[in-house]
Amino acid sequence: MIRADVLAAIIAMAVATYACRAGGYVILRAVRVPPFVERMLANLPGPLFCAYAVPALAQWGWTGWVAGAAVMAIQATTRNMAISILSGVGAMVALQALG
Amino acid sequence: MKRGQTPVTGGAMTMAGFKRGAREALPLVIGTFPFGIVVGVISDAKDLSLAETMLMCAVVFAGSSQLLALELWADPAPIMAAAIAAFAVNIRLAPMGAALAPWLDRLRGWKRWATIATLVDHSYALSAADMQRGGRDAGYLLGVGVGLWVFWMVAVALGYGLGSVVRVPPGHPLYFAAAATFCAILMAFWRGFARDFAPWVLSGGIALLLWWLGLPAPWPLIAGALSGAALGAARSGARP
Repeated sequence: MIRADVLAAIIAMAVATYACRAGGYVILRAVRVPPFVERMLANLPGPLFCAYAVPALAQWGWTGWVAGAAVMAIQATTRNMAISILSGVGAMVALQALG
Repeated sequence: MKRGQTPVTGGAMTMAGFKRGAREALPLVIGTFPFGIVVGVISDAKDLSLAETMLMCAVVFAGSSQLLALELWADPAPIMAAAIAAFAVNIRLAPMGAALAPWLDRLRGWKRWATIATLVDHSYALSAADMQRGGRDAGYLLGVGVGLWVFWMVAVALGYGLGSVVRVPPGHPLYFAAAATFCAILMAFWRGFARDFAPWVLSGGIALLLWWLGLPAPWPLIAGALSGAALGAARSGARP
């Protein structure tokens, strides 16, 4: 069962989200962007995921920082995301048990 | 990677790249799955039908904006508020699409616009890392996106069905998988102390400060990411 008002809200969300996904690319194609903006886009990934990870860890308090550091160390040595992520969850279980 | 021996659009999107992307998306599912279950549980709590829940997941496919919209859900459905919530949370995807231009430019017609429809943080992350290694196959981007989409649908359906039975309380270590995913992703972008340390510290510091001041998502993320990227750009421009 799909109600008309719910359908309208879902379509509105989908359109808004697609505009976000495509918008940056469309603008980049339509206007000549300065070289500085191109260099910013090339330098985006690291700072972007830093800005993602830091508040996400802070939400957990000190256990977040310790478990996050463990994930990064394990990812740097094993290069295996599944192992790193599961180790992070395991570290959080252990840290919460410690209090 | 067979570079230089293909015409301009040759290898723009290959099945091999798609399969590689879908395979490499699997570990990330550990991080997205608990989140999808939460979205399913809340959709059920907000009296959405299973069909409505799955439709939203299929066409919006952006977890944090779905959660925010569900927070302010009412009867009748808040059309304008839901759209604004989706836009505000997902505007972070705009610079990612722009940064993927070297791959998207080589695609034609519907392939380009359909690939963009699957763009999420994780598929951007893996693709940007692949791009840094010299990859240029947009099939990889699509493969990661579709792989995550399939498991996102499964997780939300599971949460919707089992939500009232299996309760995972807030603060459960399982939810740490999402933050852990971003920590693991981060390591793919480390190019050395001289280039990355200062932009990363600036970005993380600003994001933390704004988050601590109580700014809602996605502003700490966007302000941190753009200032870090600007510092990186200024430094790479200054270098001979």
